[in-house]
Amino acid sequence: MKKLLTLMCREFAGYFATPVAYVFIVIFLFLTGIFTFYVGGFYERNQADLEPFFRYLPWLYMLLIPAISMRLWSEERKSGTIELLMTLPISLMDAVLGKFFAAWLFTALALTLTFPLWLTVNYLGEPDNAVIAGGYLGSLLMAGGFLAIGSCVSALTKNQVIAFVTSFVICFAFNLSGFPIVLDFFHGWAPHAVIDTISSFSFLTHANSIQKGVLDLRDVIYFVSLIGVFLYANMLAIDVKKGS
Amino acid sequence: MENLIEVSNLRKQFGRLVAVDGVSLTIRRGDVLGFLGPNGAGKSTTMKMITGFLTPTSGTIKVCGTNLATAPLAAKARIGYLPEGAPAYSDMTPASFLDFIADIRGLNRATKVARIREVVARIHLEGVLTQSIDTLSKGFKRRVGLAQAILHDPDILIMDEPTDGLDPNQKHEVRTLIREMAPTKGIIISTHNLEEVDAVCTKAVIIANGRLLFTGSPSELEARSRYHNAVTLGVDPAQAEEIAADLRALPQIAAVDVVSRATGSTFLTAIPKDQKPLFALVQQFIIDQKWSVREMFVENGRLDEVFRSITTNVIRHSVEENLS
Repeated sequence: MKKLLTLMCREFAGYFATPVAYVFIVIFLFLTGIFTFYVGGFYERNQADLEPFFRYLPWLYMLLIPAISMRLWSEERKSGTIELLMTLPISLMDAVLGKFFAAWLFTALALTLTFPLWLTVNYLGEPDNAVIAGGYLGSLLMAGGFLAIGSCVSALTKNQVIAFVTSFVICFAFNLSGFPIVLDFFHGWAPHAVIDTISSFSFLTHANSIQKGVLDLRDVIYFVSLIGVFLYANMLAIDVKKGS
Repeated sequence: MENLIEVSNLRKQFGRLVAVDGVSLTIRRGDVLGFLGPNGAGKSTTMKMITGFLTPTSGTIKVCGTNLATAPLAAKARIGYLPEGAPAYSDMTPASFLDFIADIRGLNRATKVARIREVVARIHLEGVLTQSIDTLSKGFKRRVGLAQAILHDPDILIMDEPTDGLDPNQKHEVRTLIREMAPTKGIIISTHNLEEVDAVCTKAVIIANGRLLFTGSPSELEARSRYHNAVTLGVDPAQAEEIAADLRALPQIAAVDVVSRATGSTFLTAIPKDQKPLFALVQQFIIDQKWSVREMFVENGRLDEVFRSITTNVIRHSVEENLS
């Protein structure tokens, strides 16, 4: 546990050792602003809530989270430090979790820095802050899901660009799995049960209900188990790929 | 003496390629084992298995009596490892990197501070402690890797080509360090550099095509050479051919190599039959014939020649096996 924390701290500090962290945070805050106020019509709606912010967050995450996760393992493999890390007395699970939590903590930090939106909406009206808290929690869980996918993909390749593009496509598919754009691939040949299962995988459906303030245990379980499955696959991927 | 590493029947297969095939080794405290072999012979793969990075296809590895397969963390805690090329997190500084390694190794605060201070002083890292590893020269990067490997004062030290790409002074420093640590540890180094085996190793192992071809001391390795006990004479180039012809006529001599240098003497190497000592015979011969000889010395054997003859045979055989 102590080793997990040590690794997590190193990884977290690693984001700030290069301009990556600052560039990411600035762009993230800039884009959330644009989506909330211009695209989402924050003022025009005349409602004291953060619905426009949360509505566009999954799309923003789809693009930006792979940029955080792409370096997690592919950089270790490319620079050879994976050989160092895997011969230190730290278990594979601690290593995978340490890196994942560092990235998750970083996205949590970026998400926290959107607090001026919350201040604004509280200044302008009387929003239901419990709903907003739910929205933030749902967004954080969703970020964890995207990160787990990205971390797993990054273990499969030494090339960060490939890791980014592949994670982006997978996140895109998960976002849209309840929509015709994905489901049409399966219509006509796959049984209904399969199509229903695929559409139930949609991040949007699960995130939406949490963001509306409905903290359904099923949605939480969905995200937690999604993270678990991808991190387990991540461990397998490292075990298979580390030597090559 | 206590066995620090026991490797038995180690085998590693990548798909159809057998990288390591039936390697067994024992390392005791005080041993410095030099791992020799051509590129792609399986040296690095073997070291990666002993350090727990790669999982063997079959065979067992015991580190200080602990089985690496069943208790990997306990075994890894006893080993210090310098991977090939000394990888390190390039965005960190040596100070923060060593601090991180010490924390992962579980050193407590007081030990950590003391050990980092000691290692930094020993490896001369004082000047670059706060510079990012990215910006360090190759020599300093290697030193950071070394510092990381010995930070927890491990019983076992495994280094993959520790002096590769270093300048002669840096090589000397690394070798001195290895010699200083040798009595209290079991050390494995891999190298292409045969003089290194002579300089620091107490045991030599030659591996080619994944198989162990030779295990013994460096002097036993030299004794395998056809140059073992040969006598080399430095003579006037004008007389060289004449002396060589006379030497060849002696029944105890198998062959004479003639090497002429651009300046100065020509060197004749008289190679004995069956590696029998030649010195007295050649000395008597020079006196009898009244040849003027500028220098004269006995060869222990040439490691590069033994290395070539041991490894190329195997490679030729395996090529023939594949063809038939």
